[in-house]
Amino acid sequence: MLPEAIEAMTAQMAKVGNASSLHTSGRLGRRVVEESREAIAQDMGARPSEVLFTSGGTESDNLAIKGTYWARRDADPRRVRILVSMVEHHAVLDCVDFLQAHEGAKVTRLEVDHFGRVRPETVRAAIESDPEGVALVSVMWANNEVGTVQPIVEIAALCHEFGIPVHSDAVQAVGQVEVDFAASGLDLMSISGHKIGGPQGVGALLARRDATLVPLTHGGGQERQVRSGSLDVPAIRGFAVAMRHATSHRVVGAQRLVGLRDKLIRGAQDAGFGVQVTGDWEPGDCVRRLPGNAHLLVPGCDGDSLLYLLDAAGVQCSTGSACQAGVPQPSHVLLAMGMSEHTARGALRLTLGHTSTDADVDAFLAALPAAVERAQRAQVATSPKQTR
Amino acid sequence: MRVVAAMSGGVDSAVAAARMVEAGHEVVGVHLALSQNAATLRESARGCCTIEDAGDARRVADMIGIPFYVWDMAARFKQDVVDDFIAEYAAGRTPNPCLRCNEKIKFAALLDKALALGFDAVATGHYAQIVQGRSGVPELHRAVDMGKDQSYVLGVLDAHQLARSYFPLGDTTKAQIRQEAAARGFYVAAKPDSHDICFIADGDTRKWLTERLGERPGDIIDADGTTVGRHGGAYGFTVGQRRGLRLGQPASGGEPRYVVEVQPRTNTVVVATGDLLGVDVIAGDHARWCGPPPTGVVSVGAQVRAHGEEVPATAWADGKLVEVRLQRRIRGVAPGQSVVLYEGTRVLGSATIARAGTATAAIGPNSSDPTGKAAASGVPAAG
Repeated sequence: MLPEAIEAMTAQMAKVGNASSLHTSGRLGRRVVEESREAIAQDMGARPSEVLFTSGGTESDNLAIKGTYWARRDADPRRVRILVSMVEHHAVLDCVDFLQAHEGAKVTRLEVDHFGRVRPETVRAAIESDPEGVALVSVMWANNEVGTVQPIVEIAALCHEFGIPVHSDAVQAVGQVEVDFAASGLDLMSISGHKIGGPQGVGALLARRDATLVPLTHGGGQERQVRSGSLDVPAIRGFAVAMRHATSHRVVGAQRLVGLRDKLIRGAQDAGFGVQVTGDWEPGDCVRRLPGNAHLLVPGCDGDSLLYLLDAAGVQCSTGSACQAGVPQPSHVLLAMGMSEHTARGALRLTLGHTSTDADVDAFLAALPAAVERAQRAQVATSPKQTR
Repeated sequence: MRVVAAMSGGVDSAVAAARMVEAGHEVVGVHLALSQNAATLRESARGCCTIEDAGDARRVADMIGIPFYVWDMAARFKQDVVDDFIAEYAAGRTPNPCLRCNEKIKFAALLDKALALGFDAVATGHYAQIVQGRSGVPELHRAVDMGKDQSYVLGVLDAHQLARSYFPLGDTTKAQIRQEAAARGFYVAAKPDSHDICFIADGDTRKWLTERLGERPGDIIDADGTTVGRHGGAYGFTVGQRRGLRLGQPASGGEPRYVVEVQPRTNTVVVATGDLLGVDVIAGDHARWCGPPPTGVVSVGAQVRAHGEEVPATAWADGKLVEVRLQRRIRGVAPGQSVVLYEGTRVLGSATIARAGTATAAIGPNSSDPTGKAAASGVPAAG
């Protein structure tokens, strides 16, 4: 976490007062919440009333999708179609799976190109098969695994031609690329605290004032009657401080991260193992791919072996998105991009952030050859074979 | 040493990992994911592959301060253990999947992957002991806790595998391990022992096999060849089995009858009264030796199932084939199970039981002398 966010948060923790209460300490808490709301709104190009605090990106995604689905279906029972990209985070994919299984939703999973990008014409074609039946469209701002930035503005504009609300999970994008809620045309956008150096367990759903949402939690009526529950004042304060830091340092930080990212990718490609970069990578670009994302495919390796070997060498990375049981599954994102399960097993995701340095990239490139060589032998040892 | 501690999520492997750390080794905990669609929570004392078990293992790894990984061996496990299990039953034999898992997964796929990644050895929570022999070759011995001894299911390990394995619990009783786990603050200290076959969740092997092999009705005949009943699939029966035969009438003497032979080719189950069940000659194949193979006829103790009793015998090995002559007849020797040979507490090796019979009589009405091959090789009768 960002030191400034820790400081602001811990100072707030010493203060009592439920922001929903009317007494003096409650009013003081409320003031902190509203100042934080205004700051986040300003940083995100939104109005304060459009910021609904939640427990994080997953809750924001669920509130946006279920809340909109139910509200739109209530208004017109024909609206049961949900369009989502195939490369969404599980907070979106599992949410629409739930609505499909229990609430009669008809889900269209939008195909992506080999960069993992949704083409606007794909969205248009999917809508046009039955425009009146669409409850909502959800496409993430930037992919968490391969870093591909989606054409959100174009997608939002074409959905609005049909009067269809659009949601985007922007958790990965905030602080990395320019995110402006009003300019994007989106109706709903999910953001989270911990991806920008803030605390875990806090986030927000940005919802246009005309977005109608059926609440998931009922109670005290906080947050525009949509998200009941006492607010976590210290976390919200830490979130706002981190957001201000992330957006004000974004341009300079992104240029630095792009430099590190390009060095890392070039170095890995030059290591001589046939390492490939996935997604949309062009040296120097910081618009089409998240600046801090390097996603590599290492042939003949299991990503989890590489992860262990690199971790032992002091380099922390991941194979995809973390999963519950820790059992590595081939990434649905890579499969959607047209890769085979075998190829997808060699995925290695390296995320660079504000603490990453040139020396970190050097350490990774130094550790890579030995790790690849061992991981390739380990894969031979565990592959199913005819005889032993 | 850099050691992978295989951690199932149970109490034994938890203490084994902790003991390896305390012995000064550089330890990494590894949980093997053996099922492609693991259940979330444990529902019984069977199995060790739920997400809850992986979580238990991870919690212990956190407590003892070691890195922890889940390695997906589901594809290898299916091929080498589950598919083999089905094929063996379909062929009228009774396999021991735990032995196969040790041979093909824990001390092969897991060990090979660990060695490739730069580790020196694998440690497990098995109750058995590795003793450095006089010649410097590691020897596999029974655990001190004979109630928990698992040397039987490790009888497939060769010298290469033993030299790269640690069994840190072999010198301790199970009761003491539970106490030690509690003293270490492991909340798995009181977790029930796992038993039965981990991939058959409800323990109903015949139902599980029927789902995979289908109903195959056939005859149950007695030693004279008379049809005495019907069955739903010969693969569901094991030599020595008495329950589940559903024979209409009892034997003429009123004695209970048991399965004495499963004939997969004709889908026939042969039953007889108990006196025909005893055997004293076992022909084994697929022999695996923990050290150098024995030469000539050697005196051994033979054990034909996990936690079964050890019977004095002589054994004679010829490549992958073994003939074992027991000093007294024992019942329920099922083809497909393993015969593990001991010298004192030391495991010499094992073989898969191909046929069993008596030194004087053949076993089924339709079978040729089950020991004919071995007898023809001129083995002297056991004394």
